[in-house]
Amino acid sequence: MTGNDLFQIVLYFGALLLLAKPLGIYMARVYEGEQFLPVRIIGPVERIFYRLCGIHQDEEMDWKQYAVAVLVFSAGGMLLLYLLQRFQGVLPLNPQKFPAVSPDLAFNTSVSFVTNTNWQDYGGETTMSYLTQMTGLTMQNFVSASAGMAVLVAVLRGFKRHSAKTIGNFWVDLTRSALYILIPLSVIYSLLLVSQGVVQSFSGYKRVALTQAITYNTAKLDDKGNPVRDAGGNPVTEKAEIKEQVIPMGPAASQIAIKQLGTNGGGFFNVNSAHPFENPTPFSNFLEVLAILLIPAALCATFGRMVGDMRQGRALFAAMLLVLIAFTALCTWSEQHGNPRFAAMGIDQTASALQPGGNMEGKEARFGIANSALWATTTTAASNGSVNSMHDSFTPLGGLFPMLLIQLGEIIFGGVGSGLYGMLIFAIITVFVAGLMVGRTPEYLGKKIEMFEMKMASLVILIVNALVKIGAAIGVSTKAGVAGVSNPGPHGFSEILYAFSSAANNNGSAFAGLSGNTVFYNTALGIAMFLGRFWVIIPVLAIAGSLAKKKQVPASLGTLPTHTPLFVAFLIGVILIVGALSFMPGLALGPIAEQLLMGR
Amino acid sequence: MSRKKDKRSLFEPAIVRRALWDSAIKLNPLYQIRNPVMFVVEMGSILTTLLFFQALSGKGEASPGFILHISVWLWVTVLFANFAESMAEGRGKAQAAALRSFRQDIEAKLLAGADRKSKITYVPSSQLRRGDFVLVEAGNTIPGDGEVVEGVASVNESAITGESAPVIRESGGDRSAVTGGTQVLSDWLVVKITANPGETFLDKMISMVEGAKRQKTPNEISLDILLAGLTIIFLLVTVTLLPFSIFSVRAAGQGSPVTVTVLIALLVCLIPTTIGGLLSAIGIAGMDRMIQANVIAMSGRAVEAAGDVDVLLLDKTGTITLGNRQATAFLPSAGVDTQTLADAAQLASLADETPEGRSIVILAKEKYGLRERDIESLGAVFVPFTAQTRMSGVNLDSREIRKGAADAVEKYIGAQGGIFPREVRSIVDDIAKEGATPLVVAEGTRVLGAIRLNDIVKGGMRERFAEMRNMGIKTIMITGDNPLTAAAIAAEAGVDDFLAEATPETKLKLIREHQAGGRLVAMTGDGTNDAPALAQADVAVAMNTGTQAAKEAGNLVDLDSNPTKLIEIVEIGKQLLMTRGTLTTFSIANDVAKYFAILPAAFISIYPALGALNIMHLATPQSAVLSAVIFNALIIIFLVPLALRGVKYRPLGAEAVLRNNALIYGVGGLIVPFIGIKLIDMLITALHIV
Repeated sequence: MTGNDLFQIVLYFGALLLLAKPLGIYMARVYEGEQFLPVRIIGPVERIFYRLCGIHQDEEMDWKQYAVAVLVFSAGGMLLLYLLQRFQGVLPLNPQKFPAVSPDLAFNTSVSFVTNTNWQDYGGETTMSYLTQMTGLTMQNFVSASAGMAVLVAVLRGFKRHSAKTIGNFWVDLTRSALYILIPLSVIYSLLLVSQGVVQSFSGYKRVALTQAITYNTAKLDDKGNPVRDAGGNPVTEKAEIKEQVIPMGPAASQIAIKQLGTNGGGFFNVNSAHPFENPTPFSNFLEVLAILLIPAALCATFGRMVGDMRQGRALFAAMLLVLIAFTALCTWSEQHGNPRFAAMGIDQTASALQPGGNMEGKEARFGIANSALWATTTTAASNGSVNSMHDSFTPLGGLFPMLLIQLGEIIFGGVGSGLYGMLIFAIITVFVAGLMVGRTPEYLGKKIEMFEMKMASLVILIVNALVKIGAAIGVSTKAGVAGVSNPGPHGFSEILYAFSSAANNNGSAFAGLSGNTVFYNTALGIAMFLGRFWVIIPVLAIAGSLAKKKQVPASLGTLPTHTPLFVAFLIGVILIVGALSFMPGLALGPIAEQLLMGR
Repeated sequence: MSRKKDKRSLFEPAIVRRALWDSAIKLNPLYQIRNPVMFVVEMGSILTTLLFFQALSGKGEASPGFILHISVWLWVTVLFANFAESMAEGRGKAQAAALRSFRQDIEAKLLAGADRKSKITYVPSSQLRRGDFVLVEAGNTIPGDGEVVEGVASVNESAITGESAPVIRESGGDRSAVTGGTQVLSDWLVVKITANPGETFLDKMISMVEGAKRQKTPNEISLDILLAGLTIIFLLVTVTLLPFSIFSVRAAGQGSPVTVTVLIALLVCLIPTTIGGLLSAIGIAGMDRMIQANVIAMSGRAVEAAGDVDVLLLDKTGTITLGNRQATAFLPSAGVDTQTLADAAQLASLADETPEGRSIVILAKEKYGLRERDIESLGAVFVPFTAQTRMSGVNLDSREIRKGAADAVEKYIGAQGGIFPREVRSIVDDIAKEGATPLVVAEGTRVLGAIRLNDIVKGGMRERFAEMRNMGIKTIMITGDNPLTAAAIAAEAGVDDFLAEATPETKLKLIREHQAGGRLVAMTGDGTNDAPALAQADVAVAMNTGTQAAKEAGNLVDLDSNPTKLIEIVEIGKQLLMTRGTLTTFSIANDVAKYFAILPAAFISIYPALGALNIMHLATPQSAVLSAVIFNALIIIFLVPLALRGVKYRPLGAEAVLRNNALIYGVGGLIVPFIGIKLIDMLITALHIV
């Protein structure tokens, strides 16, 4: 790693540490219904909204009602988004006259955005109308993130309350997440991004003349569109010249703000934040990568505040941070280290004043290695899935760490809300094993961890794990699955494994080598995303309901402390062993084999 | 503390022989299915056996020798786990057999009524029903559990308690319960039968020690769920590895897909077989340790709950203090010298056989050199204690010496026209404030002074309570004393809190308050009036000497009737949970090394570069896989003693315990298999096994 790499990483985590706590406390105050300035300003809007929708603010739900509300709301959103894509051709705000999206792609995309995955099997600028982008995709960017945060808040109430039947009101939690947190932050962010040159426009795509025309050979076609062949049977080529290019436009800044903040990741343009209109400057890059972890990190403080013990939030934050810093460092090191094959050919890969060195394939020159690796690890840690470089082009080892971060279950910060509730599941399992070791029925935050919690926690881990493995197994054994692979050898295997890891864990980033827009992948990944989101939410809410019913056990010296460095270390151990161990064989056949082959 | 004389060694040959046989019987899949982890191993064993036969026919996926080796060791893994469980059960079974010999059908003297003189019919004890009255005379065995309604007798209860000294059983009071199978040594008893045959204490004890009625405890079920979850995850890992490797063979254009034998070996190595195989043995052994401590748990749940206890309610008398108070000082009234007071006190106590009286004589001798005198030769007349006077003393010539509680003496003096001096009143108050009991000594109308009687806190209690505090357990002393006295003794003994002037109602209330705060409460009790509190407490230890009501309300019965046992019970409960936790950690940590052994071996034909992962430098792919499987089986048998004995327990805070255990079993669990697998690999390579 170079000094610059180190500086970028330190700067980033410093800023994150600085912002997480105040934002987290602000969110806690919002969710707890405290009366303070922002509530007094936005409160009237909130109340009007409730009156319009017929929501009774004080009506609480038990966990089953809460889960039903989440599911009904998400199903509705999915249907709406599906219809919007299918009928975009006849709807307004479609200057490029894009036709209806195909059924399987529309299914995949609607599941993808409702589950906060934002896996994109489409190219935004070539498929979606402005209307679909704004009212469909951006809308889901807000509400799917809000739903995740709402579920987390319900879980936190489960820890906080005792002898209670209810865990809050989904509609209120959902509304507050959007109204007080995501919308204001997005407005600020959009303005900052626009200041850096991110586009925000309703005008159609622009055609501009190239400063230098490009000529190339293309196959000559006859009237029927078949290639013309010469006497020898070889295709006849003709010269073609490109004199102008099309520059896509659109209301990008507003969508990018929320795609980063809400750990959505679905870019406005196909190449996501590698596109100069989506991420033009190093500063916009810093803002965007900061936004990825901002809310997930802050939620740790919200957690600490809501359960009445900031140390608990700090402990989970520390566990996440340590894993992420280690993975970021390893990924950066691997990328900066470069390709051993190049080294063997005598190509200079060391960083100097003239070149960034290392492996620059698939990376934007304006971001360099440090910011590409940092983005890759944060976006996979946080189930965001936006990219500013192509993970497919990373060195095998450099690509392993982002993939592993996804496979750990999207709990290293993870998605907004979903990351922390996933981490809490791991904390419950850790507490269970560690609690037994100290000779007591395990307790976490004063709640006894018993049969029901273990059943649900095991289910959560099992479901996602099964989705990734079974999905990838089907992918590699079927013709349709193998057909999507564009790289030979272990790298092709990595692409399939990455796709299912990304979908089932609701990340949404892709090892770009895989052609995902096929009926097989659209359907299979769609199902993985759906189950990976909602089959996890249900047991998680069940745990919340069960915890809320329990008595609060006061802590004593015999209680396992869950805020100490020792517990953090144990938690990291459990995450790595449970998460990493079960993916070791798969990774051995993918990136590990590839890296070792490359070193030969 | 009396322990069973016939304490069993861990590997008694008779038990081992029986366990070996039992472990073979337990191969029945219908039995194995109760334990999902080991069930998977057994299925793997069967599958590899079939693969072996297929290989013999020449169409196998690998050499028959290799498959056979794997298959044999998988069977051995199952057998080892069965053996661990059988060993744990065997110890209980041996004990049950001894107990059963006391449960013979004997002839009982059935009485027509609750009167000794009513008509006797002879019936077999198995026909006695609840509510029957029986006569038991010297030499007879008591035919069933019951309550003495008439008579006093000495009873030999060694069959139940292992304690050979006979105990007194009498009607009324707290010593009225008798247990079937015990023997009356002298006199006679009329017993009202309180349990039908098959439901007696002895029956319950037999089924508990045998583990026949053993149900999984809550924490055990939670752990089972986690282990089953991990097993399914690893099942998915190995099952999907087959398509992954087929794809990789095509992608690499070389090698062959991983064999089913290797996949099964990998699966068995990855699933938590160590803890899965030892889990039930740990539970049974925990129960067994209770029995070794002479405590009978009425349910496994109670043993587990003991580890969770937050609050211990301890009776002052007998538990914290010695049963008797002892004189510690003579405090004379103004104008009286200490020698005079000591002399009078000694005279008044010479004939007093109560422990308090004896202690006064001893104090006078030790501190003031007053030798013991013979009351008869002095011509003194002893005035015994009565409930009316609440004093005792002597009449010697014309002297009338009395000692008693301050208010009783004051009344006595007043009646004789004397005055109770104010300074004596303040001496008395001071003594009470110190937590001691004052006895006032008077001669005629003159008050000589006071004797201070102290409760003597048992040796080592302070340290014990400090340990409890470190473990996060709050100790509360229960006493009938007034709050002043209680506070002083509580401070001396080092308990955290006390309940003074306790009644059954206030005890029950205290327990409920703590439970409402989410705490688990443990207590001991023996009297019928303890029964409601025992029933309410989460861990309730009834004294075996106690009443039937108390024994029924409790979920543990202490055969030694030693109230201090509660502390030991808590330790055994904690040890049980700790053993499960540490072995789970160890089992999962082991997986890392097994991956490094098996993965390169499984994939080396596809990607020879993966040989770099063979960091243990195991000889061949076959030896690597076999070594991992052998290690996985052997570790079970190596850990049997640990499972049966429990991990070492130290009374430390949770953080320290976790640190120690995480280091030993977590870090140890990472390192040990690397060494073990390498050693086994060297051995089987040297022996040319595969």
